[in-house]
Amino acid sequence: MADITLRVNGSEHQVNVPPETPLLWVLRDTLQMTGTKFGCGAGLCGACTVHVGGEAVRSCSTPVSQSVGKDIVTIEGLPGNGLHPLQQAWIAEQVPQCGYCQTGQIMAAAALLVKTPQPSDEQITQAMTGNICRCGTYDRIRKAIHRAAAGGGR
Amino acid sequence: MSSFSRREFLAVGAAAGAGLVIGFYLPHGSASCAFAPNAFLKITSDGKITIVVARSEMGQGVHTALPMILAEELEADWKQITIEQAGANPTLYGDQQTGSSASLRISWDPLRKAGAAAREMLISAAALEWGVPRSACVAENSSVVHAPSNRRLSYGHLAARAGGLPIPLVPPLKDAKDFKIVGKPLPRLDGSSKVDGKAIFGIDLRVKGMKYALLARCPVIGGTVLSFDDKESKKISGVGFVGRIGDSAVSVVADSVWAAMEGRRVLNVRWDEGRNKDLNSAAIVDVLKKSAANKAATLYSRGDVSKVAGRRIQAAYQTPLMAQAPMEPGNCTAHFRGSSCEIWGPMQWPPDVRDAVAKAVGLDSDQVKINVTLLGGGFGRRLDHDYAVEAAMVSKAAGVPVKVIWTREDDMRFSSYRPASYHVLSGVLDGKGWPAAFSHRIVEPSINTQKGFPGSSPEVDADLPDEASLIYSLPNALVEYVMTVTPITPGYMRSVYGLETAFASESFIDELAAATGKDPLEYRLHLLAQDEDIKYFDTIWKTARMRGVLQMAAEKAGWGKPLPAGHYHGIACFGCFGTYMAEVVEITMENDQPRVHRVVGAIDCGQVVNPNILEQQIQGAVNFALTNALRAQITVEKGRVVQGNFDDYSPIRMNEAPAVEAYFVRSTEAPTGAGEPPVPPLAPALCNAIYAATKRRIRTLPILG
Repeated sequence: MADITLRVNGSEHQVNVPPETPLLWVLRDTLQMTGTKFGCGAGLCGACTVHVGGEAVRSCSTPVSQSVGKDIVTIEGLPGNGLHPLQQAWIAEQVPQCGYCQTGQIMAAAALLVKTPQPSDEQITQAMTGNICRCGTYDRIRKAIHRAAAGGGR
Repeated sequence: MSSFSRREFLAVGAAAGAGLVIGFYLPHGSASCAFAPNAFLKITSDGKITIVVARSEMGQGVHTALPMILAEELEADWKQITIEQAGANPTLYGDQQTGSSASLRISWDPLRKAGAAAREMLISAAALEWGVPRSACVAENSSVVHAPSNRRLSYGHLAARAGGLPIPLVPPLKDAKDFKIVGKPLPRLDGSSKVDGKAIFGIDLRVKGMKYALLARCPVIGGTVLSFDDKESKKISGVGFVGRIGDSAVSVVADSVWAAMEGRRVLNVRWDEGRNKDLNSAAIVDVLKKSAANKAATLYSRGDVSKVAGRRIQAAYQTPLMAQAPMEPGNCTAHFRGSSCEIWGPMQWPPDVRDAVAKAVGLDSDQVKINVTLLGGGFGRRLDHDYAVEAAMVSKAAGVPVKVIWTREDDMRFSSYRPASYHVLSGVLDGKGWPAAFSHRIVEPSINTQKGFPGSSPEVDADLPDEASLIYSLPNALVEYVMTVTPITPGYMRSVYGLETAFASESFIDELAAATGKDPLEYRLHLLAQDEDIKYFDTIWKTARMRGVLQMAAEKAGWGKPLPAGHYHGIACFGCFGTYMAEVVEITMENDQPRVHRVVGAIDCGQVVNPNILEQQIQGAVNFALTNALRAQITVEKGRVVQGNFDDYSPIRMNEAPAVEAYFVRSTEAPTGAGEPPVPPLAPALCNAIYAATKRRIRTLPILG
């Protein structure tokens, strides 16, 4: 066990966990931020996507020790005036079905838009192919990213 | 219009606060019960409108669609209607299974009547209060209005008074042309909670004092625990109780999920691998093939296929084991308290969970309380009760409330699987190339029989007839079923038997068309040319409605019109869960593998309640079915499931997802299922497109196997 300080969504948190603990479980169990989901535990599905130091990472396969000193952003802290434009676009395009993977999808899309504000279809596909949705919402995810990029929320 | 029977309505009375309560009855195929209401409409004096109903939300949008139906007749603001998820009480809430694409089918009529009855009672209450004729009062937007005096009273204000009035026997139902809510593409009520992380799924829920548990299970199907050594597990900080659970598992209970995972990783278990230790996939296929010669039960028979002579074409088809793999891995939370047990979890069949938990921990069913959470996907997997039984047993053994979590590998390797199947098809062509005889023998384990839910006949699975329909006008036709048994636990998976029966029969129809040089669409339309009712067990299928979806899909896809170079079309149609579905798939071949560019689906599921949600279901089902057709395959070696995660069992991702277009037949027939019917036509339509491109006929799934 180790005392670790994390900066999550702009606030500092002290946690006492083994340093190899995946960030996912520290967020979910220790900090009780359950918007970040467990899907595969192996970095294969993207349900656990958060931002660490501005990069989209798979928190299920990222030891918490590697996140120290970096800004961690989760779905609960995605910046926006109320909802982030992507979250608004997700509602406008009626993306979610079961909804389980969608927070990870939105975090992956948010990281894309920071680097590529006007992504092409090709760039969207490339950025989002790491995220699995068993409800098959891909058509609408693509539309929602285009909508958010165009500045249209609701 | 039918009047209320005692089965439909029983209760009308005051709510716990002051208000109006109407109890009504949602029938279900397997529910034999009970002259008791199993759903409730409550309007309280604060104006809140609630439906208490036992239908799980697993992404299919039922918690949005049901309020829309009610609000239409009630003349209420549909956004103000909330769903209260009923717990497991078969006496009170009926069968409560969320499956068989049944929620709208069974709720449509009763919900409308409940809404209409409440509306009429609220109008009467207002008329009494004002001392004006009822006929001068109109219900609108959760109020009753008296136009001549420009007065208005809210439903909340009127609820208590309405609750004391007699329930109308024949409340007038609205004409479909006057619908203001039903048929509109309204946004889902659960949209915002599913984009900001606030939606609480089973895995997210916590109860006071809760620990986390993982179970080590014998890697060989049916194996048992000989002994275990927990010395290394106990060294992991946070690991508490380690103990045997039943015959075949050892649980590791810890303060955190990670500690439980680590504790299980270093746990040392000696297994008795049992009699399946040499089982492999080839042996399972062998059982199916050998069983094909056994005596078969008849599902459908017309004319006499044995007496038809002519050019005979035969083929055999087979499909593999598949896993549902919902995104939320298996989990359930339980608190065993000695003389009671409480369960919280994502589930599709709460009463079955309740009974199974009671049996496992030695309680009566009424000592078990079930709380249903949101489901992170179901696809049939959450009709099983294994997660809950494990959680209850671990809580009892460890003496604390426990959340059992399955890893993705656990979910892949210890699931209940879509059974592997084998199909023998035979057609005899007449002089013009049309099928004078068509027979389809289905060889497959029975999910229901193996789970202990036999159908009306011991030789026929209870669900199979609804998912093996042959909806063509054929002079001589025979559909048969040979029930087999394999050591694999069979499970329900989206469209259940429909995927494999449609793959076989709709591919084979294409083979017959190809053998006679006829266009696959024209061939099918010829077999649907006459208006005919085809009775298939309890369902009457109409050739006209199948013809309608086939023509609609073909027209929207541009069937028969020139395609870009290298592009090919395939088509298929199928009926299940009361719904007619046709799909056209457009592909190219790249490196001998199909790439699906576009799927056009046409559905006739009666009155469309919410086009937005219906389109979601079709888009989702097409992608789900595409995974099944292309790659989904569970294999067994040395008694162990080989696949473990999304690398070797790999669902469709965005880079492979086709554009999906969904078209709906306009209809005022009562709504039928939509969650599953779009699944079956996809695989045959895709394989028929591959045939069009390559003249190579795919008779074994998965295509990329």
